[in-house]
Amino acid sequence: MRTVDFSREDHYKNAVFPSPFHSRQKQHNKLREWSRWSDYLSVPAYWCESMEYFAGRNACGVFDITPMVKHLVTGPDALPYLNRLMTRDVSKIKPGRVGYSVWCNEQGRVIDDGTIFHLTEGVYRICSQEHQIDWFMTNTLGFDVTIVEDTHDVAGLALQGPTSCAVLRDMGLDGIENLTPFGLTYFDFHGTELMVSRTGFTGDLGYELWTSPENAEMLWDRLFEAGEQRGIKAMGSDALELLRIEAGFILAGADFLPAAEAVRPTHTRSPFELGLGWLVSFDKGVFNGRQALLEEKQNGSRFHLVKLDIDGNKPANQSFVYTKNKKYAGTVTSAMWSPSAKASIALASLEAPLGKPGEEFEVEIYYQRELKWSRVMAPARVVKDVFWDPPRKRQTPPADF
Amino acid sequence: MISKMESVIIIGGGHNGLACAAYLAKAGRKVTVLEAAGQVGGAAATREFATGYKASCAHLLNLLDDGISKELGLASNGLSMAKSGLNTIALATDGNHLTISADRVDGGSLSGEDQAAYKEYRRFMSKYAGIIAAMHNMVPPRITQDRGDLMALGKLALKVRMLGRDDMRELLRIAGINIYDVLKENFDNPLLKGALSLDAVLGTFSGPRSNNSVFTALHRMSGNNAGAAGAASIPAGGMGAVTDALAAAAKKAGAEIRTGSPVSKILMDGMQVSGVELTGGEQISATTVVSNADPKTTIMELLGARHVEAGFARKINNIRAKGNAAKLHLALDGLPDFTGVSPDQLGERLVIAPTVEYVELAFNHCKYGEFSANPVAEITIPSIHDTALAPDGKHVLSAIVQYAPRNLGVGWNEGKGAFMEAIFNTLSAYAPDIREKTVASELLTPEDLENEFRMGGGHWHHGELSLDQFLMLRPVPGSAQYKTPVEGLYFCGAGCHPGGGVMGSAGKNAATAVLSN
Repeated sequence: MRTVDFSREDHYKNAVFPSPFHSRQKQHNKLREWSRWSDYLSVPAYWCESMEYFAGRNACGVFDITPMVKHLVTGPDALPYLNRLMTRDVSKIKPGRVGYSVWCNEQGRVIDDGTIFHLTEGVYRICSQEHQIDWFMTNTLGFDVTIVEDTHDVAGLALQGPTSCAVLRDMGLDGIENLTPFGLTYFDFHGTELMVSRTGFTGDLGYELWTSPENAEMLWDRLFEAGEQRGIKAMGSDALELLRIEAGFILAGADFLPAAEAVRPTHTRSPFELGLGWLVSFDKGVFNGRQALLEEKQNGSRFHLVKLDIDGNKPANQSFVYTKNKKYAGTVTSAMWSPSAKASIALASLEAPLGKPGEEFEVEIYYQRELKWSRVMAPARVVKDVFWDPPRKRQTPPADF
Repeated sequence: MISKMESVIIIGGGHNGLACAAYLAKAGRKVTVLEAAGQVGGAAATREFATGYKASCAHLLNLLDDGISKELGLASNGLSMAKSGLNTIALATDGNHLTISADRVDGGSLSGEDQAAYKEYRRFMSKYAGIIAAMHNMVPPRITQDRGDLMALGKLALKVRMLGRDDMRELLRIAGINIYDVLKENFDNPLLKGALSLDAVLGTFSGPRSNNSVFTALHRMSGNNAGAAGAASIPAGGMGAVTDALAAAAKKAGAEIRTGSPVSKILMDGMQVSGVELTGGEQISATTVVSNADPKTTIMELLGARHVEAGFARKINNIRAKGNAAKLHLALDGLPDFTGVSPDQLGERLVIAPTVEYVELAFNHCKYGEFSANPVAEITIPSIHDTALAPDGKHVLSAIVQYAPRNLGVGWNEGKGAFMEAIFNTLSAYAPDIREKTVASELLTPEDLENEFRMGGGHWHHGELSLDQFLMLRPVPGSAQYKTPVEGLYFCGAGCHPGGGVMGSAGKNAATAVLSN
């Protein structure tokens, strides 16, 4: 069953659809606020952004990831196809494993980032923020490969937080504790197939659950039954935004401009400029953007995306960054007050060669107290490590919380 | 001893492949030309199409570069012209034809104004064609900040500016527009306009009212062969004599030419070309491979799109290359009687394009996957100048016939007979005895040309010749300097600058590019 059958819908009148979890989201959504994420209704906050955030860090939160754009890649040339499309070496993602990657245009600028799920031998799913069917189809020239956008055929829930493993175990997923980070496995779940991957967007212990839309409500119900004693909470996109910034994950449209949407090509970023040079594999053969990225590697990048630790407690959203000599250095792309790190943190795009770890800057923060605007020049320094990186993220089996 | 680094394989022994081979061999490279057919020359080769009757698909030489001829000593390698400086006879069913030469036009009911206008038309068109001619033997500049590129672009701009104010303004006005409008502005005589419009559309997917048709007319006039701009010659022994001479020059310089060796695959070693594989499975290694095949065949079939970035593959795949020209060869029992054409005029270039509207209507069909009900034609009877092409007293008629779309709606298996009938009907209107004089015939549709000569789309330019596929845009940005993004792989065919027609310039320029790397 598809969540949405576009052939029967009038696109011009109905662009946003209820997710397969909608009936359950509605029960939890005390604020009655809905936002749009891609083709679906999403919930910014069910009741309290902070409570949902803390559920993600101290118990577990449930986030509907159905709206994520999904493509299935199959056929004899699936691997060579993906290797030409992606910057990283996809052959290293074995069946049952998941890998993060970016893909670039000919100019070496990032079109989008996403995760590659190697579902079974030679069958891949790519999850991304942006619609990609046009670019993915363009890339099929010369490959024996089939691309299907299956966004609407798969319902997904992220279960993130320290008690997530225990909840899944209690829900009856035997052996879930043995799943290693970036692994995926399949369960028979009340007669339906449930895929579970140990992945997420929060930088913590967490899983993503994938099933057919008709099983969505049953999955949600079983999950909340099993999690009742372990602090499970429905989590909205506002809380997730905080969790991902702490984890140092970048977001398309916030930390970089997807190249396919750019009117001003110079505003786009290369993987190197996003701190993702580790995802670029020059020795695997040709891939989109290779030539341009090689040249960039030789000649230097234009920007550095850095993590800033900012003095004070004021979130530095949409701020300018200056050098100690008051020279323009760049702008903040994402920022928050981090309750877990107890610090004002930010991701910022600085003009190269600025942005080396330890380098000091000043962030110009505008903030409001009871309708009164003030400005502060807050000292900040570039840090190397992400702000939230608990050992339980990597531990297998995870400790029982 | 020659190191492996210096060995070069050239895929395809057409005129450009052979010219490239000759230049590379002269520069000391170890060159092997691999030709799929049993003889070199590709569509230029002289072939026997009926017992005792020979013809070559490319039948008039008007673009062969004089410099290349001299540098490679084609005359000393056996090339001579059976006839040079052919006039054009614009045929009329009533026999009231026009004779068009490089500097004048006569006949019919031509007015004095049109005769004067023709002189002026030739003056400015030759002048503009001269600018294109100057680009023939240069590696096209890219649009970069590179000093060499900027200098070359500057030189081009200077050439245009040096036309003088009025001529430059006129060039800028007409370069991108259609020949229909330009002819209408200059002439009254319908037959003259029809015949001149044919020059603009031969071998292209365009009619006189299509944009770009002024440019294609200029391209056709850009040859420096035989003195006058665009003048046509018939080589002794057919066009195959040109490619035979090029092959002889290449061999003399040390190149090896292997016929009957179709390449099935370009081999890669990591990111670098490592050689080719023949259909039989034989592998030949080389660090430089130059492809005389059209760019689309080279990348999409021989190399495989996976070895280039998707953007490049997409651009290559989108090259417009739909052939529309069919080639007709008739074995004739004797000379046909073209109404009103004297025996000594029969050896000229005869064209069927009675009005510019007729040509446009003929083009209309091919837009919808049909062949022209009333085709246009460029006809020669080369056996008048070269008796070796036919048995004693017999003759060969060679004609380019348009429009015959590569992808005929009903398919060429079904459509070929009907198109042949349409051609004979048209020819009979000008030469009533043509059917009874014909003892054997061969009609090569673009599909046949594609299959026999391995030209993608059956297009003799290996890709539509138009402003958006010319100079630094030919075949596509990123490989306009003959070097492809794949290390060691080069293009040298008509799909590159400056395009098709037997000229050899793409081959020479490709050799320059290989040697400068």
